[in-house]
Amino acid sequence: MSNRSFASRTYRDQGVILRTHKLGEADRIITLLTKQHGQIRAVAKGVRRTSSKFGAVLEPFMVADLQLVSGRSLDIVTQAQMVGPYGRDIAADYTKYTSAAAICETAEKLTDADGESAGAQYGLVIGALSALSRSVHAPELILDSYLLRALATAGWAPSFDQCARCGEPGPHTAFNAPLGGAVCHDCRPPGSASPAPQTMQLLAALLSADWPAADASATGPRREAAGLVASYLQWHLERTLKSLKHVERV
Amino acid sequence: MYEGAVQELIDELGRLPGIGPKSAQRIAFHILDADPADMKRLVDAVTNVKERVKFCSICGNVSEQDTCNICRDPRRDPTAICVVEESKDVIAIERTRSFRGRYHVLGGAINPIGGVGPEQLRIKELLNRLSDKQIEEIIIATDPNLEGEATATYLARMLKAIGIPVSRLASGLPVGGDLEYADEVTLGRAFEGRRILT
Repeated sequence: MSNRSFASRTYRDQGVILRTHKLGEADRIITLLTKQHGQIRAVAKGVRRTSSKFGAVLEPFMVADLQLVSGRSLDIVTQAQMVGPYGRDIAADYTKYTSAAAICETAEKLTDADGESAGAQYGLVIGALSALSRSVHAPELILDSYLLRALATAGWAPSFDQCARCGEPGPHTAFNAPLGGAVCHDCRPPGSASPAPQTMQLLAALLSADWPAADASATGPRREAAGLVASYLQWHLERTLKSLKHVERV
Repeated sequence: MYEGAVQELIDELGRLPGIGPKSAQRIAFHILDADPADMKRLVDAVTNVKERVKFCSICGNVSEQDTCNICRDPRRDPTAICVVEESKDVIAIERTRSFRGRYHVLGGAINPIGGVGPEQLRIKELLNRLSDKQIEEIIIATDPNLEGEATATYLARMLKAIGIPVSRLASGLPVGGDLEYADEVTLGRAFEGRRILT
């Protein structure tokens, strides 16, 4: 009887490890974003022992095929097999590491209550971590593109080519995070930012994943875009991301 | 809810790591039943540890004096520094009896999500120690997990400019395990760090 109930509580899913917390002597609580079950918090028993069967599979930024058992408050990881060892290459480069930490913290905040968009968020996180580990683009561009697209998926899509308030086609020269992006001259509230036109173009390219345009951008617009993305993110999340201030930018 | 002192003790015990409300209650009643002399020793041990123990001004390890036993010992090799995350790691390495140099305790690992950046660790103190011309090698012995690796990457990048050789503890297969159960990252590390037998 007990075996059957154990089996019925077992499920399998693929997930990315967002963060870990130490628990007791040698265990860890793993926060995962899974493909089908959204965000899960599960206990990995004995994972901190050097002889643990889990090895590096349950380290942050890794993607794994997991077997879990649902529990009352926390699930339990019973088996794990590596699918994407992204953490290995990310930890070998400090700039990538700080960007990946910000990506995972954002994903955790965006999916802790919203289960509906978790599948789409999962795809975005995997894409960003994979791009970071393979050094496809500059880490800061991958981070900012991820942040904009993750917010858009969560329902806070910014607008960069038309006024966020009246819809007048751009390009516009003002940016206002509470209103949702670029604003025209008439709608512009006091205190709006006035970014350079190249910054607005870069933001639009990052949102639409126009990588040739984003890769060709200069350092100045990248830095300005990063500041605007951070302000937009923090306004909509209504909380500060701890990892964002540690992100290393070139 | 119990009356005054008992409940106060349960609440305080419950704030310790790994102790839940039931364990706190069990320990509190054990203390109530125990011999007063035994409990006096426990109280003295807690008081002493808070009053006497401080951190070594050189390496950051726990010590009862201004500098720890290892930093004061003239027989220790002054040319090598082993960088670890916690004082517990110093004890683990000392048990191996393989290292005769001195230590530097960082006080944790870089973990941006947890709000720990390089500024929160004792990295500046490490750089200050390196102005001593005697130092010939730095061994980074942070934990072999992702935060530990990232901290090692950060330190290696920073120390490269100073010109002192920096090494990292080897990673690979644990003794007593089966190869088929090793994950890709561990097995990959074992291949990278393989040694020549003949």
